[in-house]
Parts: sequence; C-alpha cells; structure tokens
Amino acid sequence: MLSAIAVMVGIALALGAALGYAAIRFKVEGDPLVENIDAILPQTQCGQCGYPGCRPYAEAIANGEADINQCPPGGEEGIRHLADLLGREFKPLDEEHGVEKPKAFAFIDEQTCIGCTLCIQACPVDAIVGAAKQMHTVIERECTGCELCVAPCPVDCITMEPLPEIVKNWKWKYPVFKIEEAA
Amino acid sequence: MSSYFFVILGAVLVNNVVLVRILGLCPFMGVSKKLETAIGMGAATTFVLTLGSGTSYLIDHYLLVPNDLVYLRTLSFIVVIAAIVQLTELVIHKTSPLLHQVLGIYLPLITTNCAVLGVPLLNVGQRHNLLESLLFGFGSSIGFTLALVLFAGIRERLDGADVPLPFRGTAIAMITAGLMSLAFMGFAGLDRYQ
Repeated sequence: MLSAIAVMVGIALALGAALGYAAIRFKVEGDPLVENIDAILPQTQCGQCGYPGCRPYAEAIANGEADINQCPPGGEEGIRHLADLLGREFKPLDEEHGVEKPKAFAFIDEQTCIGCTLCIQACPVDAIVGAAKQMHTVIERECTGCELCVAPCPVDCITMEPLPEIVKNWKWKYPVFKIEEAA
Repeated sequence: MSSYFFVILGAVLVNNVVLVRILGLCPFMGVSKKLETAIGMGAATTFVLTLGSGTSYLIDHYLLVPNDLVYLRTLSFIVVIAAIVQLTELVIHKTSPLLHQVLGIYLPLITTNCAVLGVPLLNVGQRHNLLESLLFGFGSSIGFTLALVLFAGIRERLDGADVPLPFRGTAIAMITAGLMSLAFMGFAGLDRYQ
C-alpha cells in the first residue's frame, strides 16, 4: 500500500519536473494578446485603419501604437469588444478612417468587365477569379466587403451589393424600444 | 537479429494497430481527411508511441514488478503517456506552429488514443524486453502512420468520386476502412516464416 503510493508519487514528481523543465526550455515567444485582438477584428483586410491588414493593426494595438477605434467594418460592437479585452474606455469610431456600413459584397457586372485583372491584384483575400481578357467574377462567400477592388476598376463595373439575408446568416434582431413608450 | 526484424514487420503489417487490432480509430477517422495532417499526426504518434513504450517498459520492469505493484500498470502507463504527449505538444508548438495549428485538438487527444495505451500493455503481455518494446512501439506507430496515410490518400480521391448519396461522408469512409482492414488481413502469417 505505502509502496504503491510512494511509486505513484515518485512517477508524478519525476514527470512533473521533466514537464516543468520542458515548459521553460520550449517556451514559445508569442504575444497571445495579438492573437486575441486579431480574433476580434473582422478580417476584412480592408486597410481602412491605416495598416496593411487586420493582423498588423492588431500588433499595432498591442504595442500601443494605434487606437482601438480605427476599424469601420468592426463597427461599434468591435470597439466595445476591444475595449473589454484591453480594459479601456469605449470611444466612438474615428470618422477619419471611415464610417460603419452594412455588410456587403462586391459584385462584378460581367457584361461590362473587360478582363483587366486589376481588381484581382487589389483583392486582399483572393476572392476574385478570372484571367487576363477573361471575364472576372467574385466568390461571394470569400468576399469580405473591403471595397479595395472598386477603385482600381477602369470601367467601373464593380458595385457593392448589400449582403442578402439568407438562412445561413440570419439572426434574431435586437429588440427596439422607443424610450417614451417604455417609460 | 532476425527476430527483431519480425517484431517490426509483425507490428507494421501483420498486426497493424489500426486495421487488424482495431485500436486508435479516433485519429484514424478524424485526421485522415488530408494527407498533410495525416503525415503530421503519424509523426507525432510515432514519437509518442515509441517513447511511451520504452518508458512504460522501464517503469513496469524497474518500479512495478519488483514492488509487486503490477495492478498499477494501466494507471501509471496513462500518467507516463499523458506526460509524453504534453512534452510532444510543447516541442511541436515550438518547432512547427503550423503543424500545431493543423493537428489542433487531435494532438492532446493522443493521450486518450487507445493505440498508445494498448501497445505498452501488449508489450507487457508478450513479455518483450526493452529493445523489443521499443521496436514494437516504433513498428506499431509506423503501421499506424502507414494506415493513416493510405487512408488519407484514398479519402482525398473519394472527395472527387461520384459516391451514391446515402454513402457520402463517414459512411463511405467506414466502408473503405473495412476494405483496407480486409486487405491487411492478407498479411496474416507473414511473420511466422522462420
């Protein structure tokens, strides 16, 4: 009985020591804060915050270089989450970087498209398929609605269409109360 | 010397852990959708299983048997394996973050992989010595990797195949696994040749 306890305690101690050493020896130098911030950001990679993508913006926030209110696609809700995570005060979206818009996706009018591939080069998430002098089209479910493809198009055949409400993205609406009625 | 060779051969082909002993089916079904993850999982399991069977042998031979504590076998083997899996996870996280991300939850789940516990227990049952234990563990995990990689290859092909609607997904995977198991039964007796 005692020897059983002694053996198991011995094994546990030895393994615990080995793991403790390994945890120090193989410590990963990563900033988990960046991961957490990146997880909140909308991953549109639109660059409206002034950084080349969501991850660089997350790093900038973590380093204290950027403020939390520079992400228009994330909107008010995103800023609230960031404020929660970082223990800061909520502040309204910085208008300098853009305004919050309903979720949309790019739509290419295929009749007008001349196949110049300029929008393909602009797309940060490779959501546009097509080749030189071939008609292009947008893969709807890959499109993040960043609008980066709209400006380069020489024939203005790309429009932003609001995301239609389908079964897949439908959610309960927040209840809306008028203050006078509730009171 | 040739007996060691037959230990490995027997573990890889004749008594393949997955397809003949039907152990460790969780990762076999779970991680076999892509060839890359299958190879990664195979490598991680090989590391854990070889190290696990070696240490389990040492613990059994030098701690449990002399103290008349063989009833603690399962318990102490699980503890050792859990520690080794934890170690593997730390090492993989450090050396290959991508593989760590790809393997995801299946890496900690090696702990509860019955193949990893089964092989040390089989080692004890078959009275292997240290070298044989290591070879058996290594051979078993190579067999595991082989089965996983073959199965992943077949499943990647199956994705493009015109499978009848009721059989799509896990159903056809189960049938494929069964057929592979039947095929591996054909190796029976290969390690009896002296």
